[in-house]
Amino acid sequence: LTKGKLTLLCDAKTDGSFLVHHFLSFYLKANCKVCFVALIQSFSHYNIVGQKLGVSLTTARERGQLVFLEGLKSSVDVFFRSQEEPHPLQFLREANTGNLQPLFEFVREALKPGDNAEAAWRCPVLLVDDLSVLLSLGVGAVAVLDFIHYCRATVCCELKGNIVTLVHDSGDAEDEENDVLLNGLSHQSHLILRAEGLATGFCRDVHGQLRILWRRPSQLTAQRDRSLTYQYKIQDKSVSFFAKGMSPAVL
Amino acid sequence: MLESLLALGGLVLLRDSVEWEGRSLLKALIKKSAACGEQVHILGCEVSEEEFREGFDSHVNSRLVYHDLFRDPLNWSKTGEALPEGPLGALRAMCRRTNPGPVTIALDSLSWLLLHLPCTTLCQTLHALSHQDSCPGNSTPVEPVHVLGLLHEELHGPGPVGALSSLAQAEVTLSGAMGQASAHILYRRPRQRPTHQTQWFSILPDFSLDLRRGPPLELQRHPDPHTPPTAGSTAPW
Repeated sequence: LTKGKLTLLCDAKTDGSFLVHHFLSFYLKANCKVCFVALIQSFSHYNIVGQKLGVSLTTARERGQLVFLEGLKSSVDVFFRSQEEPHPLQFLREANTGNLQPLFEFVREALKPGDNAEAAWRCPVLLVDDLSVLLSLGVGAVAVLDFIHYCRATVCCELKGNIVTLVHDSGDAEDEENDVLLNGLSHQSHLILRAEGLATGFCRDVHGQLRILWRRPSQLTAQRDRSLTYQYKIQDKSVSFFAKGMSPAVL
Repeated sequence: MLESLLALGGLVLLRDSVEWEGRSLLKALIKKSAACGEQVHILGCEVSEEEFREGFDSHVNSRLVYHDLFRDPLNWSKTGEALPEGPLGALRAMCRRTNPGPVTIALDSLSWLLLHLPCTTLCQTLHALSHQDSCPGNSTPVEPVHVLGLLHEELHGPGPVGALSSLAQAEVTLSGAMGQASAHILYRRPRQRPTHQTQWFSILPDFSLDLRRGPPLELQRHPDPHTPPTAGSTAPW
């Protein structure tokens, strides 16, 4: 279990959420304290998928291992609170969305080391699904980059934990803000996992390909060791990976 | 040559990309400056001081002064630990030299500064930074300042990049092939035509520069990786 790393998940012309579910179940099984900023789906959705992967989010939340910010539900609360009370999604209420400092404060509070009575969890982990939706909600790309910057400083450097976050690649859509966000995060990341749809279109037996790029290695290795490409097929309770052109359906 | 970049005064732009990162080269050049006895000031915006110093020996580390803009650049913690005048103040403070000796200033990164400061303000401050030719109250000439600026190309449009280019005495654009890094170097000398050079290199674990004579052998044999060698081409078997 490596520590102090930012992993960027990215998808282009496909749905990369299977990677989010993988990392969520991976870190919960590894006994890490997880803060999940879930802006896309409901708690029950992640819980149902998590159960297929062998974890119960309900149990993890009840025993204090998982802090879950359910964006879909919590965003409504913002409008029924008095303005003085800080809320992690406060930016939804502001005419000029300034920064994501309240969201950062929420993350820092969720992952700060507890008192001795708390179970000894392994390293803290921040998971965000996903950051691109923040742009759709009016937050600027630089504000999102600043949020992740502060999370990196606290979660990765100070607490020696990990961050995993998903950003969509808009590809040819010429979305400049999303490009700044994606490239800015790529430069901050230690590891980039990029799920891509096949150039030839949909295939029943090969759902896409995964490019893995290691950046910022602490021990400098040859560049050619730093990137790999696999193809994959998503199944009901797992994902199978194979070298390009080596799908069992083809062989 | 890559190593002669440090002989130039003024601004040297290191332009990197997601695939070909430039911080390792920045650290290699910093190591060379420190080995020559220069003091090196780093305005660190993107990585922690601990991470930046990783890999340097104690001699190099003793010559580095790390100005920490990473931990709390926007003063969110309000603990007083942030640099008091923010990013622009920190950059302007570097313009105020207190000793005439040779000094290298590393900006890690110019991209972070460009995303948080107006382009014109940044360019004006960079110009002042790289043209410091006297100590206040002292008429003795001082050594030129070397400014190394790391720029992540994909983050900015052609306008800001062009403005920064116009301030630079040299630009190093990083790329590579077949796992080997290369630097395309553009020199601008006063009243001379710009000169271009490509240098293949690798960086050793202690951040020493290992300069290569040419591209990797595989690239020399098969310039287009998708085209097999034609009949009659020289092969070693």
